Amino acid sequence: MTQMFEPVIIGFTCNWCSYRAADLAGTARVKYPPNIRLIRLMCSGRLDPTFVLKAFADGADGVLISGCHPGECHYLEQNYKALRRFLLLRRTITQLGIEPGRLKLVWASAAEGVQLAKAITTMVEEVRALGPLNWKKLERTNGFHKQVDLAEADSEEVAA
Amino acid sequence: MSSTNGKPKFAMYWAASCGGCEIAVLNIHEKILDVDANFEVVFWPVAMDAKYKDVEAMPDKSILLTLFNGGIRNRENEEMAHLLRQKSQILVAFGSCACEGCIPGLANLSSKEDLFDTVYATVSTENKDNIRPQFTYQVPEGDLHIPEFYPFLRTLDQVVPVDYYMPGCPPESHQIAAVIDLVIKVIKGEAALPENGATIGANASTVCDDCPRQRNIKKITAFRRIQDVNNLDPEICLLEQGIPCNGPATRQGCGALCPQAGAQCIGCYGPADGVIDYGARLIAAFASVIDSNDPEEIDRIIDGIPDLAGQFYRFNLAGSLLGAAKPAWNGN
Repeated sequence: MTQMFEPVIIGFTCNWCSYRAADLAGTARVKYPPNIRLIRLMCSGRLDPTFVLKAFADGADGVLISGCHPGECHYLEQNYKALRRFLLLRRTITQLGIEPGRLKLVWASAAEGVQLAKAITTMVEEVRALGPLNWKKLERTNGFHKQVDLAEADSEEVAA
Repeated sequence: MSSTNGKPKFAMYWAASCGGCEIAVLNIHEKILDVDANFEVVFWPVAMDAKYKDVEAMPDKSILLTLFNGGIRNRENEEMAHLLRQKSQILVAFGSCACEGCIPGLANLSSKEDLFDTVYATVSTENKDNIRPQFTYQVPEGDLHIPEFYPFLRTLDQVVPVDYYMPGCPPESHQIAAVIDLVIKVIKGEAALPENGATIGANASTVCDDCPRQRNIKKITAFRRIQDVNNLDPEICLLEQGIPCNGPATRQGCGALCPQAGAQCIGCYGPADGVIDYGARLIAAFASVIDSNDPEEIDRIIDGIPDLAGQFYRFNLAGSLLGAAKPAWNGN
């Protein structure tokens, strides 16, 4: 029997709503798969598109962005900015061959623990069906930085 | 080829590039005489006759300065990158191709097979026998090799360590002249080299800092292609007028030539300082100026940019975080 593929999903959550929704889900013992790694931001508007691309480049199979419902942003309207970034990002990564289903935007208020858990479960299953992304990555081999990194790695080894 | 006059040695090489960088170097006018007065040019295929074996025969680190332009597309490019790294004290990724992949890097959107189909099998190509490049070809005299074509293009620093980056497509001639002046001063002991890994011949900020156009509040309800617009205001920021201008993410160094001439910045100077992924920074910038909160309307506004990957990664695909599209990666 082959082992079931366990996708790695990075979840960017807003401090004021979706992070608390995830917290609520935990307190209420609502189950959701452990495939998602939640990262708390102060607002979904803090989400630099670089974070999403870096997640994919560094091995994530999917990225979930979540923020407050439209009109309920703690910082007035930054979740709309997140929405616009998300729409631009999704089209761009689709052109680069990443399935649009690997990037999702979910609105969740602090009271919606159950809904968030459900959205996470759905996304994990969808990404599992898509299979591993396994994005290849080339390291920049700038000589100067490389030498510094190696020196640090060596000293760490000695200490251990 | 041994040194005859004791001058420091200079080399310039082109890999996957158009040759514009070489023209830009020659375009420094009488400064080129300073290059000749202060350097011995030992290898520069576009300007003088020299063989790869001449370079191979040089002692390691015997070339003081090598300007390397072009991306790494095939095995020959890669071999020359390693060879020149070995023979050079200072290796400069010169121009957008070597730094970020540039236009040749856009081939990273397609698989190798698709590229070959486009080149060798379109209606305008006379190739009845469907001949394709082969790495090895047998002739009576033995096996012939041509350089292997790689599935995707890499930037120079994805292949060998690079000392300095000089962006631009091509780098502006006055910037090249300034860098040459600096190197000559360093040789004479009048100046110190910048920190290893630095970007030279450009500034840290963005093109917007050089752009004289007036900036107010940016609220866009439609993106327009510049050729479709008749009544462009010559004084106001292009992005404000709905022209997708890449200035907000692009490194300052050209003097904002395109916006001053009435055309949008296309991003040839690459990402500004602190920008990890050029396209991501532009996505953030464009998202901030779209004046709508309705997903369907936003989608309609985005339709105004028909090729998002081309808009955001025209010069940077190979050097971006994702590096290439899936078909190109899969060809490996």
